[in-house]
Amino acid sequence: MGSPILNKILARASQRSHVATGDLVVVDVETVVLYDSNFFPVYWRDPLKIADPDRIAVIFDHRVPAPDRSCAQAQITGRKFAEKFGIKRLHDVGYDQGIAHTVAADKGYPLPGTVLVCSDSHTGGGGAFNCAARGIGGPDIIYAAITGKTWFAVCDTIRYDIAGKLRPGVTAKDLFLHIAQIHGDHSNYNVEFGGPGLKNLSLDARRTIATMGTELNAEFSIFEPDDRLEAYIRERNPKAFESQMPDSDATYADRRTLDLDIIEPLVALPDAMIKNAQPVGKVAGEKIDQAFIGSCANGNLDDLAIAAKVVAGRRVAPGVRFLVTPGSQAIYRQALKAGYIETLMDAGAVVTPATCGACGGGHMGVLGAGETCITASTRNFKGRMGDPTARIFMGSPATVAASAIAGVIADPADYMTETLV
Amino acid sequence: MISGRVWKFGDNINTDLMMPGPALYLPEAERVRYVFQANRPGWVDEMRRGDFIIGGSNYGVGSSRPAALSLYNLGVGCLIAESINGLFFRNCVNFGLLALECPGIHAAFQEGQTAIVSVDDFTVRNEQTGQVLKAAAIPRQLVDMMCGGGVFPLLEADGLIAPLPSKEAEVSRSGASV
Repeated sequence: MGSPILNKILARASQRSHVATGDLVVVDVETVVLYDSNFFPVYWRDPLKIADPDRIAVIFDHRVPAPDRSCAQAQITGRKFAEKFGIKRLHDVGYDQGIAHTVAADKGYPLPGTVLVCSDSHTGGGGAFNCAARGIGGPDIIYAAITGKTWFAVCDTIRYDIAGKLRPGVTAKDLFLHIAQIHGDHSNYNVEFGGPGLKNLSLDARRTIATMGTELNAEFSIFEPDDRLEAYIRERNPKAFESQMPDSDATYADRRTLDLDIIEPLVALPDAMIKNAQPVGKVAGEKIDQAFIGSCANGNLDDLAIAAKVVAGRRVAPGVRFLVTPGSQAIYRQALKAGYIETLMDAGAVVTPATCGACGGGHMGVLGAGETCITASTRNFKGRMGDPTARIFMGSPATVAASAIAGVIADPADYMTETLV
Repeated sequence: MISGRVWKFGDNINTDLMMPGPALYLPEAERVRYVFQANRPGWVDEMRRGDFIIGGSNYGVGSSRPAALSLYNLGVGCLIAESINGLFFRNCVNFGLLALECPGIHAAFQEGQTAIVSVDDFTVRNEQTGQVLKAAAIPRQLVDMMCGGGVFPLLEADGLIAPLPSKEAEVSRSGASV
């Protein structure tokens, strides 16, 4: 019986010929990513040795630039750690600042066919690069940095075959909401994406989907490799890699087709995303106080481009705060050159430096009591972005941008048609 | 064999309910006060050290924040749920909180009853009704970590991390991840 992608990567990383569901495997970790939260006293214990400084990256993201003294102190601890062990891949506040998963993607760190770990739950975005990337715990990360190893329990894979092409104004976020709506919870399964429609999904779109795999409750999310992906990594990372396709006779727990042509804009209602979405038309008219586009899921160049397209030549509705946080300073610069930032700011958006920011309610856009927000980010749990009485709707960056202009939740189609050439 | 009085919670109890965003960067003593504040205000005052939590399906869904550490520091003796989110389970191992998946557990207990847990044969017994349920077996290495305080004591014993400077340092541990 053949293996899905994940089993092949975990087998290689554990020097086994084959792994099976239920196996507990100890694997070599190619890349360990630490971020600012790791260096708070609750998590941090000073390693006395590390396995290999060239396999570690330190990227400050959750609360940068430091909004208070405890964050400043954590960053000092992180800088000292990088200096002590000669870690060259330190991405501090500055030119290479950004969300850990986004900066890692910018730099080509998630090598196809390898294992990458970070103690943030949205690490799975690296699965877009055919990399077995996932969030583990804080102590796990210290263990992985010291020993170069971690453990995983092997589980079954659900395969998604992608066909067709998304319609204009429909994004990867809508595809995620569709999967969450139709297929629900994926606990204790890996999810694998491939098929003929893959060529119609940009790497940014694949990253959105892989990142949101965490919100399907999947263990790992992983994409098949293709030429576009391999060229992207080779341009950025000199290390050799062997990407992994599934075996042609791979065993899956289930095999499902995703027809991109039929996906339509969806909005998840507050507090949950699994089986909690409606077509945007059903929630249109809901008044909002804040609209947010950002995070490792939706702070990509594609996301800023579609937001700019929606708001071009318009103004944000009075009483609405429209916050846009690029995923990295590199994306911010690209968006600046492409004119997206000017368009967004002319419309009245506040564009912030790259950080996790409002997504986790950490800083730069925290919600107050009773407020309503529509967000294109990772998660809409109760209290996630601030006060527990705030309501958080989740949509695509196009839907969020359209809502910012309308002042109420709005269908992006009404805005796309006028601006598309 | 350990036993404890049980508190029952439902499905999809997420990390933000155990450790909400505003509590993330507070000192530990203040942070544990926020556990279940949104869904069950006052619980931290009602529960006693050694009590157990019984959860529904997908317990601990959400982020990598050390919510398991808050339960550990409150003195939760054991978490038993219909199913446990993979990342949260890892953090139970990491921080030394005994956590078991046990199908049927939610229906088998009324709140306030006593559960008796054995990690030798992975059974859970209801002291009042006598019903015995079988929990999912966990590899011995992971059970040892859960019962031995988690990852840090292991690394410390092998001389791989620096010992904590003092007992006070542990008490004042603060900060977390989103």
